[in-house]
Amino acid sequence: MENMKNEAMAIELKQITKTFGSVVANNKIDLSVKQGEILALLGENGSGKTTLMNMLSGIYKPDSGSILINGQIVTINSPEDAILLGVGMIHQHFKLVEALSATDNIILGVKDKGLFLNKSRGEKIGEISKRFGLNLDPEKKIYQMSVSEKQTVEILKVLYRKADILVLDEPTAVLTPQETNRLFEILRLMKKEGCAVIIITHKLNEVMEISDRVTILRKGESVATVKTADTNAHELTELMVGRPVELSIEHPETYFEENLLEVHHLTIVSEEGIDMIKDISFDLNRGEILGVAGVAGSGQKELCEAIAGLLTVKKGAVLYHNENIVGKTPNEIIKMGISMSFIPEDRLGMGLAASMGMVDNMLLKKYNEGKGPFVSKKSARELAKRLVEQLDIITPSVDTPVRRLSGGNVQKVLLGREIESEPNVLITAYAVRGLDINSSYTIYDSLNEQKKKGVGVLFIGEDLDVMLELCDRIMVLCHGRVTGIVDTKLATKEQLGLLMTDASAKIGGAK
Amino acid sequence: MSILNVKTKQEPFIRVVKKTEISLGKTLVLSLGAFVAAVIAGGIFILAIGQNPFEVYATIVQGAWRSSIATKGTIKIAIPLLIAALGITPAFQMKFWNIGAEGQIIMGGIFATYFALHYDYLPHGLLLILMFAAGMIGGGLWGLIPAYFKTKFGTNETLFTLMLNYIALYMIRFFIEGPWRDPASSGFPKIATFTKNARLDQIFGVQAGWLIGLILVVILFIYLRYTKHGYEISVVGESINTARYAGMNVKKIILRTMFISGAICGIAGMTQVTGAAYTLGEGVAGGVGFTAITVAWLSKLNPAIILVVTVLFSMLEKGCSVMQSTFGLSSAVSGILQGIILFFILGFDFFTRYRFVLRKAR
Repeated sequence: MENMKNEAMAIELKQITKTFGSVVANNKIDLSVKQGEILALLGENGSGKTTLMNMLSGIYKPDSGSILINGQIVTINSPEDAILLGVGMIHQHFKLVEALSATDNIILGVKDKGLFLNKSRGEKIGEISKRFGLNLDPEKKIYQMSVSEKQTVEILKVLYRKADILVLDEPTAVLTPQETNRLFEILRLMKKEGCAVIIITHKLNEVMEISDRVTILRKGESVATVKTADTNAHELTELMVGRPVELSIEHPETYFEENLLEVHHLTIVSEEGIDMIKDISFDLNRGEILGVAGVAGSGQKELCEAIAGLLTVKKGAVLYHNENIVGKTPNEIIKMGISMSFIPEDRLGMGLAASMGMVDNMLLKKYNEGKGPFVSKKSARELAKRLVEQLDIITPSVDTPVRRLSGGNVQKVLLGREIESEPNVLITAYAVRGLDINSSYTIYDSLNEQKKKGVGVLFIGEDLDVMLELCDRIMVLCHGRVTGIVDTKLATKEQLGLLMTDASAKIGGAK
Repeated sequence: MSILNVKTKQEPFIRVVKKTEISLGKTLVLSLGAFVAAVIAGGIFILAIGQNPFEVYATIVQGAWRSSIATKGTIKIAIPLLIAALGITPAFQMKFWNIGAEGQIIMGGIFATYFALHYDYLPHGLLLILMFAAGMIGGGLWGLIPAYFKTKFGTNETLFTLMLNYIALYMIRFFIEGPWRDPASSGFPKIATFTKNARLDQIFGVQAGWLIGLILVVILFIYLRYTKHGYEISVVGESINTARYAGMNVKKIILRTMFISGAICGIAGMTQVTGAAYTLGEGVAGGVGFTAITVAWLSKLNPAIILVVTVLFSMLEKGCSVMQSTFGLSSAVSGILQGIILFFILGFDFFTRYRFVLRKAR
């Protein structure tokens, strides 16, 4: 077995094609990973990365092409088959039972012989943890864990099932920079132990740091596979996008001094009685982009919804031009003449009506404006057509249900509508999530445009590199508290990372 | 590693794949296919009980339309079904699963009957307008109750509307045996037959309910598609969060829409008591409220298609009853036949969303 290492391909995909209806998600893709190698699968959103990996883990089946594992052609009918073949998938959204301990989650579903759970399982988990340098309290319940701990459980889960081919789908999206480093150490140990690792990502610096080789997908095709040592971030971007791209974000200076929005001691309690936002205060000026950073679920969503009048506030005040808007309904907030454009993170579930076309979606906040019982669609249709042109929205027609558009186009529809309403305060939550590089930069540009006009932008983001370039100040949330508001001219990524985890050490008890 | 020895199962022979959304034309082709399959399967059943399927089918179609009496009978069946299916539509469009049409029809009937029994001295036109309004209010209130509890306490509307059906049904029995019992009826309790003054007029020899139904088709089509209310209903049905985000008063919309939904069903009850039965009996709804759900759903909540589907359903029902008497078959046979046809047509909905993929030979 030992001498097989580094020679045999652990996994090989040959000419894989997969279509969904008329959409070709994967077109004759070739890909291979050796044992003891880390392959980065790089591509923009919608380039087919996740589809490809879902075929490897048995969720989809290829229309044509073959999958070879250790040189043998295999058919993977289900995730169960995949794990029997040693392929373990770590999804972006964890699939864990919250009320159970780490150990219980790890052994769940493993059909060992015998009627009783025997103790050796615990020992086995300990052994694996040690071998791969995974720090974990096996008796801790999932709901008490931080995101990075949950991810560790997921990794242990597949290792316990003897997986030696690991697929990680954007594993760093939910991690702080420090946690990312720890994950990479684990991956390097796995590599040493002879595992084959595929890591899906669109962050170039991570690709450069962790991978041995990179396979780049573009529009469903594998355009190149290169050795990481022989390439650089710039070349990778070009391969990914298909043409040279200028990767810098403008940062215009503005000279407004007026305060737009003041938040005083805001506290929000969820229906379950948990404090989602604890006593936070900040203000937003005209012509400013204020970033809000923090690991997912730190209270970003609640903050947005509270300002937009969608959540009940327990304590505190939100002053807009010195008038308190807490306790007003969303409609009242709109009627008061406050153009608060809020781009929710759940685009299709909240910002848009998924099975309606662009025209009907343009009407969402304005349908009630005209007199009489009928909705006037004329101006909405014009607006929809204009947005299609201005933002290069790709859609068969302005009446096609928006749910059939790609994520990037959906985002453009939403952002376009909100900007068109000429807001004074623009709240965006994960404005570029799921967007390709080009669309992302279009969005950054339009946010800067708004800033120059004197709009106050609250930018809830996840990519710290981008936020440091785009925002004027960044407020860091952690477990619903503000752990710091920093000036982006002075702050570093590491500093932000520390602020993001700072309170978790005190509250969550994470190591 | 033991990997090389692992045997995974062979790829299954047939697997199911989700389709992308298909065009209207393809849907029609599929529906036609479903219809043909249903006719064939029904034919096999007819053959099995020793009858000639061609004759039986011919009788069904002829039975529904062969004479003006037959045609009128078919239309009579269609009226309450059409109105009730239209009534369900706004609620379903809002994804409020109102399966209480049955009860709302009954309440419409009860409210209308009150005026027919106690105010039949009023001028004919005024009385009918009163009965019409009463029917709407009765059905509307019966729709409003589950909506109120849903918005206030988050109760499940499916169970709630279902249970209200039984309450409504027993209320009829209460009125028949109690306060509204016709003293002239000896032994068998019933409500007095309406006087001529309280009966709905006929237009072209059929009760005027058909005209009300057709007008409602147009009104509802415009209401759902072109008005602000219609837009609100669609957005709430799409996502309550989106509706709130847009500043809509979701509770008000749910209450209003359910009142309208119930009110239209109530009209169906009103036309039944005053146009068809001329009295209030336990069979005033007679399952129409449930069939209406099937009709509305099959028509994809489009009022115009509802009209077409209603006519087909009524034809099947009327034709089957003729077939029953012509061939001397039990009513169960026509029940089974209708069941087979419905099963195929509803079952084919699956094929509009999924397709089968056969295993490829290696």
